Amino acid sequence: MAKIDAPRRRALRLLGGAGAVGALGLAGYTAAALAQPEEQHIKMTVKRFEYSQKEIHVKKGIPVVVEIVSLDVPHGFSVPDFHVRAEVVMPGKPTFIRFTPDKTGEFLYLCDVFCGTGHEALEGSLFVT
Amino acid sequence: MSHSPLDRRQFLKLAGVGGAVFVSGLPGFANAQNAQDFYFVQMSDSHWGFEGAPNPDAKLTLKKAIASVNALSPAPEFIIFTGDLTHTTDDPAERRKRMGEFKEIVSELKVKNIHFIPGEHDASLDRGKAFTEFFGPTNYTFDYKGVHFIAMDNVSDPTASFGEEQRNWLAADLAKQSKDARIVFFTHRPLFDLQPSWDWATRDGAQVIDMLMPYQNVTVFYGHIHQEHHHMTGHIPHHAAKSLIFPLPAPGSQPKRTPLAWNPAAPYSGLGFREIQTKAGGKDFDLTEFPVVKQG
Repeated sequence: MAKIDAPRRRALRLLGGAGAVGALGLAGYTAAALAQPEEQHIKMTVKRFEYSQKEIHVKKGIPVVVEIVSLDVPHGFSVPDFHVRAEVVMPGKPTFIRFTPDKTGEFLYLCDVFCGTGHEALEGSLFVT
Repeated sequence: MSHSPLDRRQFLKLAGVGGAVFVSGLPGFANAQNAQDFYFVQMSDSHWGFEGAPNPDAKLTLKKAIASVNALSPAPEFIIFTGDLTHTTDDPAERRKRMGEFKEIVSELKVKNIHFIPGEHDASLDRGKAFTEFFGPTNYTFDYKGVHFIAMDNVSDPTASFGEEQRNWLAADLAKQSKDARIVFFTHRPLFDLQPSWDWATRDGAQVIDMLMPYQNVTVFYGHIHQEHHHMTGHIPHHAAKSLIFPLPAPGSQPKRTPLAWNPAAPYSGLGFREIQTKAGGKDFDLTEFPVVKQG
């Protein structure tokens, strides 16, 4: 199961107390994080014929960034219910897909770049709560 | 044997599919006495090279379908294969072997006027290289008895797109057609978003539909979804063909697009090919669905 990048979320929460920032060595997060809403960062890989996470769990209304890289051939990452997709997920180069889920439930994400005999089974579930 | 609707109704009776006639548009068969009338056959998704439980008769199904097409009387004037002639493989040599075997098998068709377009299983892993070697260009046009046929490739680009270059090619071709020309469009994937969660769509399909929309008499035939399906986008009908290897479930009818199970009590159920008959002076076509083999 994919989780939101934990250190980053902790840091974002701690930013509520400005005095703690420097002491924790989180200066790199400060200005940008203070200016941005909380973000759900999903980091994953894909290869023939599986995503490293078969499930992704996120919260409704909070921006999601999926950072994905292929370990072999070009793949896709598409979430039709939210009308978002990567143009193509290339090997060795991270692709970022950004969206904000506006409804709860279980939704499919899938590869929409034909990648071989197991292409039709390359998919996972996005849970929005 | 003369070309009359009765002949084909007789075949349907023999085939045990008398009720499986889909008439697109106004009811009734075309006026076969009209010299300009003709019919052609659409075959699709044979996936030559596939092995698995969804079709334990995979090595013979295509051959049986070809025998059924050869039994049509009169013979169709041409045949179109709308993609996935072969099942995908990572091995370029094996891909060519399958294409060579497929080509040899379909050479048994009595009708020698045959057109091919690729499916993603044929073309997406090598951008259509092997397909082109065996079957020629992946997009082309031809004219036959007053109908303008356009074949386009939405699979050689693995992102399931026609791409700008092909869309420009289409624009140039359409510019030469009158707005009331009778146009038939062949492609593999659906042009419209039939079921994107099952990858049953074409990324720039809507752009192509927009290009076709000004033309009054356009009909689209495609494959990919392994079942008969009919849909309208505005005035343009889209007709999907059955497969010749295994059927897939109705769009969105189950969580996953897994093949329907082989039924030993009714082998080849859900598989077949279709006749496409021009209508005398009409704008549309009459479609007749046929099983792989005659029943009973």
